[in-house]
Parts: sequence; structure tokens; C-alpha cells
Amino acid sequence: MKARVHVMLKNGVLDPQGEAVRHALGAMGFDQVEGVRQGKVIDLELAEGATEADITEMCEKLLANTVIERYEIELV
Amino acid sequence: MRAAVIVFPGSNCDRDLAVAFEQAGFQVDMVWHKDAALPEGVDIVGVPGGFSYGDYLRCGAIAAQSPICKAVVNHTERGGYAVGICNGFQILTETGILPGALLRNAGLKYICRTVGLKVETSDSAFTEGYNAGDVISIPIAHHDGNYFADDATLAKLQDQDRIAFTYTENPNGSVGDIAGILSENRRVLGMMPHPERAADEGHGGTDGTALFRALSGVLAPA
Repeated sequence: MKARVHVMLKNGVLDPQGEAVRHALGAMGFDQVEGVRQGKVIDLELAEGATEADITEMCEKLLANTVIERYEIELV
Repeated sequence: MRAAVIVFPGSNCDRDLAVAFEQAGFQVDMVWHKDAALPEGVDIVGVPGGFSYGDYLRCGAIAAQSPICKAVVNHTERGGYAVGICNGFQILTETGILPGALLRNAGLKYICRTVGLKVETSDSAFTEGYNAGDVISIPIAHHDGNYFADDATLAKLQDQDRIAFTYTENPNGSVGDIAGILSENRRVLGMMPHPERAADEGHGGTDGTALFRALSGVLAPA
């Protein structure tokens, strides 16, 4: 079983790295870019029997810091 | 008086912190991150600066899950004293001992220089050697020192007089210019600047000495 966890800064939390990427894209002439948010993708390879609840617990305890980040779990 | 300084793979201010404690009269034990218990009779735990676990995942996130951090959480829950400096502050927020989080500096650059800090409260074992309103010079050296807390947390910190230090000129985008905060029982301090790097004439400044001296005054056996 595989799962993919997407971790993004919450809306309202400043993302200076995303902002720097937006600036760079603008400087390259990509005027159509109005905003960039940068996050992380974490791929998990899981033993049989792992549940989505297990992955949620991993996200809450380690993979995301829910003070500043939100996460989405995708089973693949 | 006994202090324990935690050593993670990647800590690099552990020795400086130990020296600052020793100069203030503490006997210091260096404690490895894989240890599951603090030495008996520890009065204060120091969580030092550095790059624990290479800052992988998030600064302090992996360290916060180490065996010794469970012991540090238990120590603080029992009312024990602790101070986390720089990466140590990041670790204390990741364990949940202190609220909020440290984000990438707003200017994206690693900043290493001496900054002005305003002492916001002298009501703690860490800051009672200063007067509220004092401006002291303490070095910073961080890439992720941009303190963030939601509005409710920020209001609580302000209402409970738990903001220990603010920057006189905000270098990193921290909300409310916050450089250091206290726990609700005022026995845990987390701060990004390095008082242990301003604790000896050879450092070029000694404004951090009062912090360690105040601690030894509070924690000295009666």
C-alpha cells in the first residue's frame, strides 16, 4: 500500500519561499502567475493492514505541524 | 544547582550553553538525545541551538520525537525549568511545550548578527536580572526564526505577559516582533537570539550574562 501526503502552509501563513518563486516567475516574463504556495509531498510505503487512521496520526504527530500547516492524504 | 544540556546530532551551541551555565555556578550534565531520562536532580534543562537532524522535515520536528524530549516534556509538565535557544526554541514549539511555530525568515536569508532586544517583562526567573524596557544586545544566527502564532494565541501571550523579548528592529518577520516567549507557568523560555553567545568578555558583549545569573539566583538551594 502506498500513500502520498501533501503538506501545505495554511492560508494566512506567509510563505516567503512561494513568494520568492512568484517573483522569479514574474521576472522571467510569466506575467500570468498571481500567486505561488510551496509545499511538500511525502510518499509513504506501508505494510498491508495500515489504515488511513494510522496515516492521519502520522500527519498529526510528525509529518505536519498543524499550527502552521494543513495536510491531505492521498491513497495511491 | 544542576543543569542538563541536551545534545542532538547537529547541535552546535551545546558547549557554549554549558559554559554559560557553568559560569553562573551550575553543575552541567551533557545529555545525549537517545537517553530516555534526565539525570536525577536536574533543576533546569537547556535545549541548545544548532541544526538537529539537519533540520530535516521541519526545524526541530525530528528532535521533538526523540526519547530525551519525552523526558523534557515530563520535566516541564512537573513544573521543571527549561530554556530553548534558537533550534532549542524550535524544538520546544514542536513538542508543544511552547505555543506557536518558527517559520522561514521573511527575507529568506540566514541572518547572523547582533540585534537589539527589548526586555518585555522582568517577571520570570530568566529575565528578573533585567528591567522591563531594557534594550540589550544579543546575537542571532538563524534561517527559520520568524515566530508565528494565531491571533488567539498571540492575544493570550500578551494578556498573560508571556512575551519575554521583542526585537527593536524586526529582522525576520516575527509576528509582534517577538524574539522570545514564556510558558504559562513562566518556567520555560524559548528564544531565537543567543544569550550564551553574549556571556563572556571574549564574545564582544556580556548582555546575556544576567539571564544565567538570574537563573542561578532563583534555583540556588535556600
